[in-house]
Amino acid sequence: MELQVGESRTAAVVEDLSRTRIAMYAGASGDFNPLHTDEVYATRVAGQPTVLAHGMLAMGASGKVVTDWVGIGALRSFGGRFVRPVRPGDTLTARATVEAVQVLEGRQLAELAVETTDQNGRTVLTGRATADLGPA
Amino acid sequence: MTDFRFPVEASQVLAFARAIGDENPAYTDPSSREAVELGAIPAPPTFAMSAAHFEPDYPLRPRQGRPWPESADAGEAHWLHAEQHFEYRRPMVVGDVLDVVQRPGRTWDKASRGGGTLRFEELVTEYRDTRTGEQVVVARFVRVLPVTSGEGE
Repeated sequence: MELQVGESRTAAVVEDLSRTRIAMYAGASGDFNPLHTDEVYATRVAGQPTVLAHGMLAMGASGKVVTDWVGIGALRSFGGRFVRPVRPGDTLTARATVEAVQVLEGRQLAELAVETTDQNGRTVLTGRATADLGPA
Repeated sequence: MTDFRFPVEASQVLAFARAIGDENPAYTDPSSREAVELGAIPAPPTFAMSAAHFEPDYPLRPRQGRPWPESADAGEAHWLHAEQHFEYRRPMVVGDVLDVVQRPGRTWDKASRGGGTLRFEELVTEYRDTRTGEQVVVARFVRVLPVTSGEGE
C-alpha cells in the first residue's frame, strides 16, 4: 500500500448519538461509570448538564477511519486525547491525514493525524496512528 | 506477576464493534477478507479497554455488598480520562488469551486555564500472550484530576 503525505480520509463515525449507544458501550467495555448512563447521577451528583459519552466511545468510533483505510492488521499505534465531552445527540466526523511516511528497520511506516469533530465543527478528539505499509 | 487474565472472545468483539458503530465484517465474520488474512477475527484497535470485565477490583463496576456509585463522595470522584494510547506489537485476535499486568507510569502537573493545578497520572498496561509470553499490546491510560482549584473555575 502507498500513502502520500497530505492525503486524508473522512468518515461519519457517530450519527445523533443515542443514550442506548452509550449504554451499549458501557456493557461492551465494562466501564459502568454512572456519569455515562445515569442522568440523575450525572446532573445531581456530578453537576453535569447531562450524561457524557465515554471518551473511548468517540476514540473507538474514530478508529474506523484509520482501519478502513490502512487495514486492521497494519496498525502499530493508536492514541487520542479527549478535548471536549461528547453528549447524546452529537454527530461525529473523523478525519485521518498522512503527516509523514518514513522507513524504519526496513518497513514503510505512515504517521497519521486523527481529528474528530462534532456537528458544530468543534474538535472533540485529537489523535495519532502509525500504520505499517509493508517492506520498504 | 500477572494481575489478571483476559481471553479475547468472539461475542465480546461483536458487542464491542457494535457499540463503537464499526460494522466492518472483519469483527464478526471469520470468512471476511481481513479475518482470513490475519488467521482469526481481529479485535478493534481500542478493544483492550474491555479487559476491565476481567479485572477483579475494577472500580467502575457495581459489586455485591458494596455501595454504588462507590466514589460519589470520595476524593477520587472527579478524575477524568484525558488520553489513551496503544502500541500494537501484533494484532489482537479472537482466541488470544492475554496476561495483563498494570503499573503506574509518570505523573505530572499542569496549570489549568482557571489558575488551578491539574495532576495527570499514567497507568501502563501490558497485554502478553499466555502461550508465548510475547507482548501483544501496551496501553497507556492517562487521567487528570484537579488538585487545587483556581479562581474562575
